Amino acid sequence: MSVTVRQVRTGLNGDEAVAYAVLHADVDVISAYPITPQTIIVERLSEFVYNGELDAEFIPVESEHSALSAALGASLAGARVFTATASQGLALMYEILYIVSSLRAPVVMALGNRAFSAPINIHCSHDDAYAARDAGWIQFFAETVQEAYDLTLIAFRVSEDERVLFPSIVNLDGFILTHSIEPLHVFSSKDDVSKFLPERDPVNAIDPDNPITYGPLALQNYYMEIKRQQAEALFNSKKIIDEVFDEYSEFSGRRYVPVKKLFVDDAETVFVLLGSTAGTMRHMVRKWRREGKKVGVVSLTLYRPFPEKEFVESVKDVENLVVMDRSFSYGSPGGQLYMDVSAALIRAGVSPRVLNVIYGLGGRDFTPDLAEKALEVATSTDVPLIWLGVRGD
Amino acid sequence: MDRWPSKWMDLPIGGVINIPGTSTWVKTGTWRSHRPVVDLDKCIKCLMCWVSCPDNSIIRLDDDYVDVDYTYCKGCGICANVCPTKAIDMIEEGGR
Repeated sequence: MSVTVRQVRTGLNGDEAVAYAVLHADVDVISAYPITPQTIIVERLSEFVYNGELDAEFIPVESEHSALSAALGASLAGARVFTATASQGLALMYEILYIVSSLRAPVVMALGNRAFSAPINIHCSHDDAYAARDAGWIQFFAETVQEAYDLTLIAFRVSEDERVLFPSIVNLDGFILTHSIEPLHVFSSKDDVSKFLPERDPVNAIDPDNPITYGPLALQNYYMEIKRQQAEALFNSKKIIDEVFDEYSEFSGRRYVPVKKLFVDDAETVFVLLGSTAGTMRHMVRKWRREGKKVGVVSLTLYRPFPEKEFVESVKDVENLVVMDRSFSYGSPGGQLYMDVSAALIRAGVSPRVLNVIYGLGGRDFTPDLAEKALEVATSTDVPLIWLGVRGD
Repeated sequence: MDRWPSKWMDLPIGGVINIPGTSTWVKTGTWRSHRPVVDLDKCIKCLMCWVSCPDNSIIRLDDDYVDVDYTYCKGCGICANVCPTKAIDMIEEGGR
């Protein structure tokens, strides 16, 4: 596929960018309930449907539990389906999250990452993304508004691929991306995007002439085989995600890979993280390199399935790893990404010094000064875990 | 086919049931602790047992008398309970 499709340079916030991607994906059903910081997405989509730009069913449900339930039903009927939520809304969807992935129903969800209550906070943590990490959804993390747009289109293509058939979450940091206007390129029409994302061709769609049963009982005799199949299928989706990343890279002219690396090859210290903070760290790493410090950064565009092989390959020779979590797994050895990384390292037989940095909870700014502090701790002590920028430590 | 494949890779994706009639593979008659036995001398052919059976295990005969399909009858006793003439007895399985 060659780059022949016209794109428009414009300025949008992350929510609007996602809404445009959903418009360009020509979805059939949108089922969502508004919640900050995701609300603008569904507001724009309801406008697109109302003014006729998008020929879709917009279902204004009474809760997030219903939002995902309706999305599931529409997906099983063969529709292209979108929903969006954040934080408490994701929590209310929780039981349906597992059902959607287990029934192998393609649904794309934008998650405007926001802290869980209490205390009530509308700003960015990755609590909600991590809460969904075991639920069997594919998860992407956007670093920029451009990536939020692109990954939404990629997510539809990946989820609906008959070799995949899993729902996807596109994570975008609450307010930092959802409400910040950034320049980006968008495609100019649904028709153009359809060259990358054709109409959905559903597998096992609900059809009165060919009745099948979705969601039956399976007890001691079959439950484990069904779950084993699901686990294998999600791992196997990785190679299709690679394929779609490559194809979209060519289609859009913007390169997508599961693991993004900067200055990693000869680095002594490498920061590992998700989401918009990767941009800040890239800036810092360039500065440190000018000062002669051998520091690199790895950020994961793909979080589930965990791109274990590429990740381990990229950090296997590093002395110090700094794993940054914008959340904490209370009562656990550390943050959620830290535990993924640690398991991957142990399995690969490599054992760098690993520092887990808890940062930015509830939208607290991650500043260059804090990055300097993290580098200092990582390279001068054996402390395993710090809460960065917290008063009292 | 009278049972699902045993290996995980051979099962339909998502645990869907993609062929009809698979419930007949489950011989629910083995669950029974008490079996319904019909006394046709008391039966008035009202068919209350036939309409009430949750498992289609009361067989309606040509003359509207009834018989029991013991392959699937779980022995729930609903038929005996609804019978207006007490024509159905629940007899303990394997016993006396």
